[in-house]
Amino acid sequence: MSNLNVLIIIPCYNEGANIGKLLDELIQLKISRVRLQPLPVNDCSLDNTLNEIKKRTSTFLDLPINLGIGGAVQSGFKYAHKNNFDAAIQLDGDGQHPINEIKNLIEPLINKEADIVIGSRFIEKQGFQSTIMRRAGIKYFKNLNKFLLGLKITDSTSGFRALNNKALQVVCDYYPDEYPEPEAIVLYTLNHLSIKEIPVMMNERQGGQSSIRSFSSIYYMIKVSLGILFIYIRLKFNGKRNPL
Amino acid sequence: MENVIPYSIQIISIAGSLLFMFFIFRLIIKGKLREEYSIVWIICTLALLLFAFWRNGLDVIAKLLGVYYPPALIFLGAIFAIIVFLVHLSVVNSKQHKQIKELAQEMALLQEMLGNKMSKKENEDK
Repeated sequence: MSNLNVLIIIPCYNEGANIGKLLDELIQLKISRVRLQPLPVNDCSLDNTLNEIKKRTSTFLDLPINLGIGGAVQSGFKYAHKNNFDAAIQLDGDGQHPINEIKNLIEPLINKEADIVIGSRFIEKQGFQSTIMRRAGIKYFKNLNKFLLGLKITDSTSGFRALNNKALQVVCDYYPDEYPEPEAIVLYTLNHLSIKEIPVMMNERQGGQSSIRSFSSIYYMIKVSLGILFIYIRLKFNGKRNPL
Repeated sequence: MENVIPYSIQIISIAGSLLFMFFIFRLIIKGKLREEYSIVWIICTLALLLFAFWRNGLDVIAKLLGVYYPPALIFLGAIFAIIVFLVHLSVVNSKQHKQIKELAQEMALLQEMLGNKMSKKENEDK
C-alpha cells in the first residue's frame, strides 16, 4: 500500500509562545506508512507567530486579513484539497492537543471506518477537562446534536479532528467562520459523512488565549445554537444549496 | 381642504425633493453610487415629488386605507421602507463578507504556491 499523505492544519492567532515548540515536535513525528505535512495558518497574528513559523518551515499560509478560526482552518482544507492530500488533521496551535494521538486519530480513516474522526476528552474523562461552564455548554451541544441528528457526540467543541478527502470536498464549499466546531458536526452528518469519536487526553493551554472567553460565552452559545439550527434547516429541507 | 395647506410649504417640498434627486444623480455620475443601489433612492425621490405636487394625495390614500390620522401613514411607509432597505444592506454586507474571505484565502494559497516555486528555484540555482 502506498503512503498516505496527511496535512496537519494548525490555525494560529497570536500563538508565538507555543507554535515553535509544537512545530518542532510535529516535524520530528513519524508514523509508519503515513507522510505528515504540517501547515501552520497564520491568521494575522500581532506577535512573532509568523517569524516562528518561517524559521521552521516553508510550507505555511499567511492570511492577509484576520478571518477567524473557521476561515483559517478552511484555508488549510482548501490547500489539502488543491494539493490532493488523502486526509487533513486540524490541530490547535496552543499545544492543547496531544500530537502523540495523531496516529490514533487517522487510524479509523485508514481502515475506512469513518470519514471524520474527532478526538474527545470526555469518553474516558482523562486529562484536562476544561471548566464547569465550558463543560455545561458542551453538554448542551451534545443534547442538541442528539435531538437534531440522533447522534451522540461527547465533545462537539473539540477542534482536534481528522477528515478524509470526501469530507474535505464538503468543507471546501462551506465551513462556518466563528466557533465552527459544533456547527460542522451538523454539516458533516447532513452531508452523509460518518463521524467517529476516539478518546484522547488533552493538555491545559500552555499559553495564549482560547477563542472562547468567559465574557463572550453567552454570545458563543447563541451564535452557535443559531448556526446549528439554520444549517440544519438549510441542509435538511432545502437540499444542498451554496450558503454565504 | 384645498386651501388649508399654504403654498410656501409645497414649494419647499418640491425644492427639497428636486435637490435630493439632483444629489443622487450627482453621486451616480461621479461613480460614488452604483446604479443598483440608486434605483431605490430614485423611487423614493419620485414618491416625495408626487406628494409634493399632489397636495391632497396623503388624505385621499389615508381615507382609502382607513387610516384615521394621515401623517401616521407617512411614518408607517417611511419606517417600512427603511427597514426593508436595511435588510437589503445586510444581505449585501454578508455577500461581501463571503467574497472577501474567499479572496483572502485564495491570496494566501497563491502566495504559498509562489513562495514554494521561488525557494525551489533558489535551490536549483545553487
